[in-house]
Amino acid sequence: MRIVVCVKHVPDIQSERALGPDGRAVRDGGDGTLNELDENAVEAALALVEGAGDGSVTVLTVGPDDAVDAVRKGLQMGADEAVHVVDDAIAGSDALGTARVLAAAVRHLDAQTPVDLVVTGMAGLDGLTSLLPTALAQLLDLPALPLGAELTVDVAARTVRVRRNLDHATEVLEAPLPAVVSVTDQANEPRYPNFKGIMAARKKPVTTLALADLGVDPTEVGAAGARTQVVAAAARPAREDRVLVNDDGTAGVRLAQYLVEHKLV
Amino acid sequence: MTDLTAAPVLVLLDHTPDGTLRSPVREIVTLAAGLSGGAGVHGAWAGAGEPPAEVLVELGTLGVTHVHRLVADADLHLSAVLAEALGSLVDATGARLVLLVSSFENKEAAARLAVATGAGVVTDADGLVVEDGRYVASKTVFAGTWSTRCAVTAPLAVVAVKANSVTVEAAAAPVAPAVVEHPVAVSAGARRVTLVERTERPSSGRPDLGSAHVVVVGGRGTEGDFSAVEELADVLGGAVGATRVATDEGWIGHDAQIGQTGVTVSPRLYIGAGVSGAVHHRGGMQASGTIVAVNSDADAPIFEIADFGVVGDLFTVLPQAAAELRRLKSEG
Repeated sequence: MRIVVCVKHVPDIQSERALGPDGRAVRDGGDGTLNELDENAVEAALALVEGAGDGSVTVLTVGPDDAVDAVRKGLQMGADEAVHVVDDAIAGSDALGTARVLAAAVRHLDAQTPVDLVVTGMAGLDGLTSLLPTALAQLLDLPALPLGAELTVDVAARTVRVRRNLDHATEVLEAPLPAVVSVTDQANEPRYPNFKGIMAARKKPVTTLALADLGVDPTEVGAAGARTQVVAAAARPAREDRVLVNDDGTAGVRLAQYLVEHKLV
Repeated sequence: MTDLTAAPVLVLLDHTPDGTLRSPVREIVTLAAGLSGGAGVHGAWAGAGEPPAEVLVELGTLGVTHVHRLVADADLHLSAVLAEALGSLVDATGARLVLLVSSFENKEAAARLAVATGAGVVTDADGLVVEDGRYVASKTVFAGTWSTRCAVTAPLAVVAVKANSVTVEAAAAPVAPAVVEHPVAVSAGARRVTLVERTERPSSGRPDLGSAHVVVVGGRGTEGDFSAVEELADVLGGAVGATRVATDEGWIGHDAQIGQTGVTVSPRLYIGAGVSGAVHHRGGMQASGTIVAVNSDADAPIFEIADFGVVGDLFTVLPQAAAELRRLKSEG
């Protein structure tokens, strides 16, 4: 079973995050990290291969030079190989542009050795659009089983099954392989890379690919191919008139009065 | 420049299995009526039954001119099926804008629809206007700390709008929507996913967490006792939410979890009780209108973003606030 895990390099959620004048996230290096929710995707893939007793995990990312850190973390966790698509023309891609590059990369890998399953995290903790998993499935013409809180693969029957929690319902979805799944942070507890994993990762291959290697038209991606464009971005002003009280026995009453005065009840 | 206001707007009419409209649908219908410029608001009704008569009347008062009842030969709960149905309605109506309520399911359909039609897609929008012949959506990013405006540069826009973003208004003149049956022949590709099981979550009797105007949230500080949180929520007519810790401990269902990976809320009023305000939780609530925090730990990070913070014991502060609100209410 060959599994490709799509991962993203994002600004560290604990750091001060900002948008530049072009409306793009400031990625000045240093505080970037593997999208935390993608650790669940890597973990799910590793567990499936371990459970099946056979197979390989390829971590795949699209992004500038720094993004290689995201796939290196995947290798440290135990993935077998890594692919980094980097090309100046990709800058400014919207979610669908990124999906087009990832789809081309998955096709490229599939042509070498067939891919059975593509796994992603449920969302990137930067844009949080959640569009990518389903867009990727549509572009690859594969079934999508997003938001898996539980994920099982029947290797013999070549099917994948996902249980997912939605706003108003829970669902169980099933599809034949190959398929695209995304997993939530309820799916598993990601392993920490140990010393052995970190050392082993240094010897694992990271393949770098450009758009030309994937046969992607540069005008279809990046700012040129984007169908949305950020035209303004501003940090939200700090909240004014903040009130902080220590409860002296009347804080509940003061809270009620505050709600009434501010017409919140 | 194309005149977008001369094109109809297509709206997905989310509803419960028994045909009751989900509350945020009224908001996006209001938005659609303001943007359609007289070209009509077309609703897409995905469900086994006919839209109930009273729902049609209400949709008419909000400005919906047509309701297309989708009749597909596959389950419309599947995003691939719903996306194909919406795509065929875009073709049939000539819509240049598709509006959906921003939910996990709808975002999946939006992504597919955008790929299939070449549309530009924006999710979690909190506003939408036409500017220089383009749709421009506003949204907050980075856990509510930045506001952006995002223009759709493609001929078709697919915009998923967050609940509590639009004030619902009746249309100038109510209409009786025409109900049109819209058969959909679904591709073989869209049928590959099987919906093995779908269990609707029972209603709590309280408002939906994702669309409630008031949300009262319990965290670690409740130590599993949500009675004070529930009491205050009920006095305020609000929903009850929880932090990841509270759901992981099993104190309340996972569907109550607010955060970047749970439900994202942006109510007019958020009250966090015993909530520390860890970054993942803030990502799911920081865009709320007014933030109130009650926590015995004066160093809790939630106080940094609270409009009204109380350092105190939630088990005394919340019941006192609830009692005072009841007293003020009874005085009228």
